[in-house]
Amino acid sequence: MSNNEFHHALNFCKDTCIGCSHCMKVCPTQAIRVRGGKADLMPNRCIDCGECYRVCPVEAIKVEQDDFDLIFNYKYRVALVPGVLLGQLAEEINPRQIYSVLMEMGFTHVCEVETGAEILRNSMADYIRQHPETRPLISAFCPAIVRLIQVKFPSLVNHIIPMKPPLDVAGLYYKELLIRRGAVADEIGLFYITPCAAKIAAVKSPVGEEKSIINGVINMDFAYNKVLTTVKQSKAHSCILPEDPNLTPEAILWSLTTGESSVMPGRSLAIDGINNVIEFLEELENEEVSDIDFLELRSCDESCAGGILTSANRFFTAERLRNRAKISALDADRKEERHSIHAFSEVLNEKLRIENIKPRSMLKLDENIGGALAKMKKVNELMEILPYVDCGICGSPTCQSLAEDVVRKEADISRCIFIQRILEQKGTFTRQESIEIMKEIWGEKKLDKDLK
Amino acid sequence: MMEPMHMQYEVEGGNFSKAGFASSEIKKVLKQLNVDARIIKRIVVSSYEAEVNIVAHAYSGKVKALIDNEKIELLYMDDGPGIPDIEKAMQAGFSTASSEVREMGFGAGMGLPNIKNNADKLEISSEVGKGTQVRILIKLTPEIG
Repeated sequence: MSNNEFHHALNFCKDTCIGCSHCMKVCPTQAIRVRGGKADLMPNRCIDCGECYRVCPVEAIKVEQDDFDLIFNYKYRVALVPGVLLGQLAEEINPRQIYSVLMEMGFTHVCEVETGAEILRNSMADYIRQHPETRPLISAFCPAIVRLIQVKFPSLVNHIIPMKPPLDVAGLYYKELLIRRGAVADEIGLFYITPCAAKIAAVKSPVGEEKSIINGVINMDFAYNKVLTTVKQSKAHSCILPEDPNLTPEAILWSLTTGESSVMPGRSLAIDGINNVIEFLEELENEEVSDIDFLELRSCDESCAGGILTSANRFFTAERLRNRAKISALDADRKEERHSIHAFSEVLNEKLRIENIKPRSMLKLDENIGGALAKMKKVNELMEILPYVDCGICGSPTCQSLAEDVVRKEADISRCIFIQRILEQKGTFTRQESIEIMKEIWGEKKLDKDLK
Repeated sequence: MMEPMHMQYEVEGGNFSKAGFASSEIKKVLKQLNVDARIIKRIVVSSYEAEVNIVAHAYSGKVKALIDNEKIELLYMDDGPGIPDIEKAMQAGFSTASSEVREMGFGAGMGLPNIKNNADKLEISSEVGKGTQVRILIKLTPEIG
C-alpha cells in the first residue's frame, strides 16, 4: 500500500445529511455512527460496498468521480466499458451506437472490460489447479469482497486468488496494443466507466499493488444518461465500431452471477449479495464448509448488473447480457482464440499477479490478547445492562457496537436511552442531561420542534 | 494474572441444525481478541469436532470455554452412552456412526484424531452408560523458535 489512509469513493455530504441513520443500520461492517445529527464514517471499517448509498433518502452520500476533462490530458483516450453498461440499454440501442456516443464525448478508443476475462479465465483456472493446498480459493473480482475479507475475515485472506480483475487486464492489453502501433505510454489515458464505488476505491487505492494502471474513473450513471440523451435526440453520427468486439459468451457473462463459477475447474459456488456472502464466510470460517474448489463472491445482488451506479432494472440488465451471450455462442466463426488479446497473452500473464493480500482486522479490541481480554470483559459487563433492542438511538448501530465504542472511549454508556431511564429512577440523572446527550447525538434541530 | 473469561453453552443431542453454534461463538470472541488466524483455525477445528460429537452421540451436553492471556481451555461434558474403548476411538477412521449420520457428512471417524492433531493437550475420560468428558487445551500465542 502506498498510503495508510484508505481511500473511499463514498463521501458523506454533511450539509445534505438529515441524520436519519438509515445508512448506519444497513452498513454490513458497522462503519457508520451518528454524531451531531450527521452520519460519520469510520474509514478503516468501510469497504465501499455502497449499501448506505442505496438507502440514503436525501442523496447525501456522493460517489466521487474524476473531472471528465481529465481525459483530454491524453492523446489516446481509451474508454474501458463494462458489459453492464450495454446491458442496461434496450436492445434497440446497439453497441455501435453506444460506442459512437462515447467517441463523440471525446474518447478515441473503446474497449470492453470483459476482454480481460478471455485471458483471466485460463490463468485463474491454472492457479486453482496449481494450488490444491488451499481450498476454497476465492476470486478477487469484486473489490468490496476483497476488503470485506480483509477487515472481517482476516483468516481467509490467503484464500483470495492474487490476480488482477478483468478491468486491469483489459487496460494492460489496450495499452500494449496502442504502444505496438506507435503510441508512447504516457500519451495513453485509460478511463473506466464504473458501475460501483468499490471499483473506484480499487483504482484509487489498490490492494496488493502500488498504483493502478487506470488513469481515471467515470461514473456509469453519467455515461448512461449521456448515451440515452444523445440516442433519443438522434444525434449520434460517427458510428465507429471498436476493434474486435468478438467476446466469447463466457466473457460476456463474466460480471454476472455465476460468470466465473461456471467456468472454473472443480466444484464451484457463486454467491451474490453482501449479507449472503457474510453468512457464507462465517460458515466457511467455522469449518462447516468443505470440498469446494472455487468461490465467486459478489457484493451486489445480481452482481455488477446491480451496481449502485447502474440505473436500469438489474434483472433486465442480466437478461439482456444473457441474450447477447446466446447470440455470440451461435456465431460459428467465433473461436475462443480469435480475439486479438490472445496475441498478448504472454505479456499479460507476466503482469497478472498482485501481491498477497494482507489482513487488517477491524474486529480486534486490542493488539495484544491480554488487553483485548480486559476490554472484552468490560464489553460483556456492559452488555449485561444494555437492552438488546438495537434501536440505534445512541448513535451506534447495535447495543454490542455501543458497548465496544464505550470500551474504545469513543462514546459514553449514558447515550443509551434505557440506561438514562434507569439512572433517572435512581435520581442520579436529570431530564436536562438527557436532552443534552440527545442533542449531541442527533443535533439541535431534531429536538427543537414546535408541537401544537 | 487476570481471571479467565468464561463462556458456557448447552448442546442438544441429535440437533444437527444447531451443531457448531458454540464453536462459532468461541471463534467470534477469538477474532476480537486478535488471536493469530492459524491458531483460531486449530481451535475452531477442535471445538467444532468436539461439539458435533455430543450432538451425534450423546443425549445432552455442555460446553465450557475458559480463556486467559495464554491459553484456551475447552471442556465438553455430556450425558450419553460413553466410549467403551477410548484408544480405539482415537484411531483415524474408527467410527460407530450409522449410515444415516455418515450421509449427512458426519461420522467419518476423524473426530477425535482431528482434535488430537490440532490441540496442544487432549484428555478424555468416559464411563459407559453415563457420559464422556473431553478437555482440550490450546495455547493462544505461537511458540517462539
